[in-house]
Amino acid sequence: MAEVTLARRDAFDLPEDSWRGFSDPSAYIRVRADGTAELDLVVENLHCPGCIPKIEGAVKRLPGVLHARVNLSTKRLHLHWRPDAVEPSALLGAVAGQGFRLAPYDPGALASSGADDTKALLRALAVAGFAAGNVMLLSVSVWSGLVSDMGPATRDLFHWVSALIALPAVAFAGQPFFRSALTALRGHRLNMDVPISLAVILASGMSLVETLASGDYVYFDAAVMLLFFLLIGRYLDLRTRGQARSAAENLMLLRAQGASVLTADGERRALPIAEIGPGMRVLVAAGERVPVDGRIARGRSDLDTSLVTGESVPRAAAPGTEIFAGTLNLTSLLEVEVTAVGEGTLLAEIVRLMEAAEQCRARYVRLADRMARIYAPAVHILAAVSFLGWLAFGGLGWQEALLIAVAVLIVTCPCALGLAVPAVQVAAVGRLLRGGVLVKSADGLERLAQVDTVIFDKTGTLTQGWPEPTNLTEIAVADQRLAASMAAASRHPLSRALCRTVGPVGIPETEVREEPGLGLAMILDGREVRLGNREWCGVPTSQSSAVESELWLAVPGRAPVRFAFRDAPRADAARTVAWLKDRGLAVELLSGDREPAAREIARALGIDRWAGERRPADKIARLEVLAADGHKVLMVGDGLNDAPALAAAFASASPAEAADISQTAADFVIQGDGLSPLAEAMRVGVASRRLILQNFALALGYNAIAVPLAMAGLVTPLIAALAMSASSIAVTLNALRLSLARREARL
Amino acid sequence: MNVLGYLIPIALFLGLLGLAAFLWALKSGQFDDLDGAAHRILFDDDESPE
Repeated sequence: MAEVTLARRDAFDLPEDSWRGFSDPSAYIRVRADGTAELDLVVENLHCPGCIPKIEGAVKRLPGVLHARVNLSTKRLHLHWRPDAVEPSALLGAVAGQGFRLAPYDPGALASSGADDTKALLRALAVAGFAAGNVMLLSVSVWSGLVSDMGPATRDLFHWVSALIALPAVAFAGQPFFRSALTALRGHRLNMDVPISLAVILASGMSLVETLASGDYVYFDAAVMLLFFLLIGRYLDLRTRGQARSAAENLMLLRAQGASVLTADGERRALPIAEIGPGMRVLVAAGERVPVDGRIARGRSDLDTSLVTGESVPRAAAPGTEIFAGTLNLTSLLEVEVTAVGEGTLLAEIVRLMEAAEQCRARYVRLADRMARIYAPAVHILAAVSFLGWLAFGGLGWQEALLIAVAVLIVTCPCALGLAVPAVQVAAVGRLLRGGVLVKSADGLERLAQVDTVIFDKTGTLTQGWPEPTNLTEIAVADQRLAASMAAASRHPLSRALCRTVGPVGIPETEVREEPGLGLAMILDGREVRLGNREWCGVPTSQSSAVESELWLAVPGRAPVRFAFRDAPRADAARTVAWLKDRGLAVELLSGDREPAAREIARALGIDRWAGERRPADKIARLEVLAADGHKVLMVGDGLNDAPALAAAFASASPAEAADISQTAADFVIQGDGLSPLAEAMRVGVASRRLILQNFALALGYNAIAVPLAMAGLVTPLIAALAMSASSIAVTLNALRLSLARREARL
Repeated sequence: MNVLGYLIPIALFLGLLGLAAFLWALKSGQFDDLDGAAHRILFDDDESPE
C-alpha cells in the first residue's frame, strides 16, 4: 500500500498534547491521606447509557486505578487512583481518546446543595412513609375497635404507641414545610406551607392532648399521611428541577477553563482564563474553540462561526482577522493576539443579554402558585371561622372547637393540590423523554401550552447545520472520486461532506498538501491537481453564486469543475412547519445568516415571514415587539447567537446538537435529527395543562363536599383519612392518563 | 390480648429495619444516579474486546 502522509494539521510546531479533549487537571487533583489521588470531571458529550462502560472500561484498564465511576444523571466522572502507578494525563487521555471532552472541577467549590436537598427530602419521605404505614396499622385497629369490642385500655395503648411513632416522625419529616413556612411568615407572606405546617402541628398537638385525656379520636395518622403525600409531590418536583440545574452547573464548569499562552521567550504555558490579559498571545489548535476575543497574529485556517453568527459556511481566516470566543478553529493552528477576555468577550456579552432576558421570564407565575395565593388564605379563614363559630355559638369548649378546626385544616390540606401538578409533570416529562424531548424546566410545559407564535432559527435548527453537495449528478464520476480522495486528507467541513457523500474511495498515491484557508494540492502524473476555493483554483470571481458554498477541482489542461454545497433543510422541517400552521400558529424565521440564504429556506419550507442578518439583540427586539402585541412566542434555535432570544422568549426549544449555552437557556431540548418531536411536545404541553386544571377541579370538588362536613363537626379521623387518600389517588391516576394515552401517530 | 405485647414491638422492629436499610442505601450513594443505575445491570462486568 502506498505510503500516505495526511496533510499536516499545523502550520508550525504543535506539541502532541494540545490535541487532547481536556485542559490541565493538576490544580483539581486532591491527594488523600493515604497518598492516593482523586479527581472529579464533567464529561461534556456523555449522552447515552452506552457511554458508561466505554469510559469506565477505558480507565479501569490502566494500572493503579482504584475506582472510576460515571454518573449518567449529572454527566460527571469520579476518578480515584494511585499517583505512583499512573499519570493523570494518561487517565484523562484514555477517556478523551474515546471521543469525550473533559473538564476537571472542584466538587467543593460547586455549591451543589441540590443533591443534598434531594437526599434530605428522600430521608424525610422514608421516615414519613414508615410512620404513615405503622400508625395507619394501629389506627385501623382502633377504628374497627370502635364498632366492636376493643377495651378503652387497649385503645389508649394504641394511641400512645401511635404518638410515640408519629411525634418524632412529624418533628423530622415536617422540617421542609416548617422551614419554608417560617421563611414566608418572616417575610409577612402566606404560602401553601403555612396551612400545611399549622395542620400538622395542631393535629399532632391536639391528638396528644386527646391521648392524655383518653379520648376517642386522634389525628396522628392524618398528620403523618399528610406529610407523606406532600413529600412525594415535593420530591417529584425537586427531581424534575434538579436535572435542569445540574445541566446548568456543567455548562458553567465547561466554560473556557484555560488557554495555552505563548510567553515572550517563545515557551508555551497553560494559564487559566482569569490570568489572561489583552496583548497576550494565545495558541488555538485545530478542533478547539477559541477561548478569547482577539486578532489572528499568525497562521491561516478556516473558522466555523455557526454558533456565534448562525452563518453556515466556514470562513477563511488570515493574520489580521478578528476572532471571537466560542468560534471553532477547523483546519490549522492559530496564534491569536488577545483583545478582550472574560467579561469583555462577545460570549460574555451574550451571557449578559441572556441573564437580563431571563429575569423577564421569571415574572411568569406557575399555575400551582397562582392557586396557592387564593387557597392558603381561604383555608385559614375557614378554620378560624369553624373554631370561633363553635366556641361562640356552638357551645363547645375550646378543646372540641379546636379539634373541629383541626379537622377542617386536615381535609382542606392541599394533598391533592400538592400532588396534582408534580404528578402531571412527571408523567409528561417521562412521555416526552420517550418521544425524544428533554424537558428542562418544569413550568415550560405550562407555558408551551399557551404559545401562539413560533420563531425558528435557520442554521442547525431548520437545516441540518452541515453542508451537502447538491450538483453531484452533473459531475463525472472520475472527478468525484478524485476530489473525494483528496478531500479525505482534510478536516474542512466541505471536504468531509464530499467524502461522506461520494463514499469510500482509494487513497491517493502521493502526498496531499493542505494550504489553510485555500485548499488542497496533490501531484498527479507530474502535474499539480488542486481542490479548494476559487482563488486557489484560479477561477475568475465573476461566476458568483450567493447562496451556495463551493469547492473547485482544478486539473491542469481542463476546465475547473465546481462542486456546490448547500445546508439542506431537515427532512421533517417542512412537515413540522405545516403542522404548526395547521394548528393556527404563526411561524417566522429569524436568521443570523445572510439574507439570500434565509430567503431560500423560508421559501422552501413555506414560511411567509422571514428575516436574515439578525444579531442577538435584533432577535430579542423582535420578541419584545411580539410580546407587546400580546403574543406568546416559542423560540426554536441552536446557536450561541440564539441563546439570549431563547431566554427571552415565552417558551423555547433547541436541538440536541445546539451550543451548550443555548441548551441551558432552552426549556426543551429536542433529541434526534428531526423537528417532529416539537409537535409531540406541543401536544403533551396542551394535554398536561388540561390535566392540571382537571386535577385542580377534582381537588376543589372534593373540598366543596368535605369542608362543610368538617365545619359541621361531622368528620372523624376515619373519614378524614379516607377522603385524603381518595382525593390524592384520584389526582395521581388522572395524571397517569397522560403516560397511558396512546401516542398519536407521528405527523 | 397479651399477644400484642410482643407483636407490636416485632412489627415496629421490622419496619425500622426496612427504614434503616433504605437510609443506608441512600447514604452509600445508591440514589445518586438513578438514570445510570437503570442501565448498569445490562453491562457485562468482564471486559469485552472492543
